[in-house]
Amino acid sequence: MTNNQLTDSGQLRHFLTIEGLKKPLLTEIMDRAEQFSSISNRQVKKVPLLRGKTIMNLFFENSTRTRTTFELAAKRLSADVMSLNISTSATTKGESLLDTLHNLEAMHTDLFVVRHNQSGAAEFIAQHVAPHVSVINAGDGCHAHPTQAMLDMFTIRRHKQHFPDLSVAIVGDILHSRVARSQIQALATLGVGEIRVIGPKTLLPTNCQSLGVHVYHDMENGLADVDVVIMLRLQHERMQGALLPSAREYFNSYGLTEDKLQRAKPDAIVMHPGPINRGIEIASSVADGPQSVILEQVTHGIAIRMAVMSMALGAQSEQHETHS
Amino acid sequence: MTIPSTSAEIEPLLHTMADEIRQQLGDKQPLLVGIHSGGVWIAKELARILGVDFFAAPLGTLNIAYYRDDFTRIGMHPQVTPSDLPFSVDNRHLLLVDDVLHSGRTVRAALNELFDYGRPASVTLAVLIERNGRELPLQADIIGQSITLSASQHIKLTNNNGLQLELQSNEDIYDQ
Repeated sequence: MTNNQLTDSGQLRHFLTIEGLKKPLLTEIMDRAEQFSSISNRQVKKVPLLRGKTIMNLFFENSTRTRTTFELAAKRLSADVMSLNISTSATTKGESLLDTLHNLEAMHTDLFVVRHNQSGAAEFIAQHVAPHVSVINAGDGCHAHPTQAMLDMFTIRRHKQHFPDLSVAIVGDILHSRVARSQIQALATLGVGEIRVIGPKTLLPTNCQSLGVHVYHDMENGLADVDVVIMLRLQHERMQGALLPSAREYFNSYGLTEDKLQRAKPDAIVMHPGPINRGIEIASSVADGPQSVILEQVTHGIAIRMAVMSMALGAQSEQHETHS
Repeated sequence: MTIPSTSAEIEPLLHTMADEIRQQLGDKQPLLVGIHSGGVWIAKELARILGVDFFAAPLGTLNIAYYRDDFTRIGMHPQVTPSDLPFSVDNRHLLLVDDVLHSGRTVRAALNELFDYGRPASVTLAVLIERNGRELPLQADIIGQSITLSASQHIKLTNNNGLQLELQSNEDIYDQ
């Protein structure tokens, strides 16, 4: 799997997962995002870099933030972008997905941004698109959400600079979280000193240690002296699935309150990929408090997506050039 | 025609440009904008010669990487230092500086970018070297020296321990 994401010369052609990508590439994504971030502060928030390129957001699963920031990122680069919300039908999924894809490809799309509730959907699409088309994964099932992980890394770097010195705790439903999976891979690749996961046994993968992380089942010890606290969204269906007793009990044990946050370093930052469940995984006073960088994450999402889209489309040019 | 190459040969050209800038923009409180990276070097030299008070604000820098017309052919530039204009361009007289004016494509991109920051009162173009080979209807207002080169020749400004101009021909490039 390592590297159908990369061109022969190691440029990013698809962005499907953090897995298999090397540190210099992750750093390049963040550096480029840094370079793009000033564009959003200009009078005209737009550069003509991707003028004439067609980007199609294929959302088989709901999203507000991710879809909007992908759209805005495309527009700030002057690409033509369309967002399609496509509901899935369980029986005909495989077939309808490919049919949809080939139809949209026939409209001369250069880049697909794909969100799907099935793990592996983005990679499946990447295997079936024409050679000159790129695919970016905007979240697939419980598998990966690489642009979210990169905007989180970017946010951490903005506040903390040197990754090896950091201790980062990820709290909540690790088992079902594509965000956590991608974050852990990115943190590990960037050489973060210590990665911790905190959550009830029912929401942690059984092979956690093999991911190179330290496992905690309580906030008291888990948050001690960390630099970064990443809260995950608790999905309501987990309660129905009998993995958790109740929202109130979850909040008592794993909800981030001002008291529990005191265990972390005084300058620790609090992150959350959104949308937040106030009073379930995070208290309002923390979400809106001075250590929260949750809204910064949203802003950074635009720059990261600009970086990844321009890199993927730029790599196409390069491939085209070297093969012509 | 001698083609300047050393810092000592470049210095008088910078003074010629500075004199001309004083004449054309002396009463206009201009803002200085260099095009990354050679234009920024020249702009810094001009600011040194003209004095800190001549320009109304610190040097602005433009990186036209996102405005190039060849993305579809060659993709992203490896390193992009973002543009930085520490002032509003609206209704101001801008002095846009580059090292070499050749095809005119860089200046075209720079003008497009400048207008994304606002609506300047005027833009004056100053270049150290003006050469033949224009592909667009653009010319410089202030020129250090005009030279004529063959189509296979390129002139390039470098800045290792001082500014230098290097003349290269395509044949040399292929040899490297």
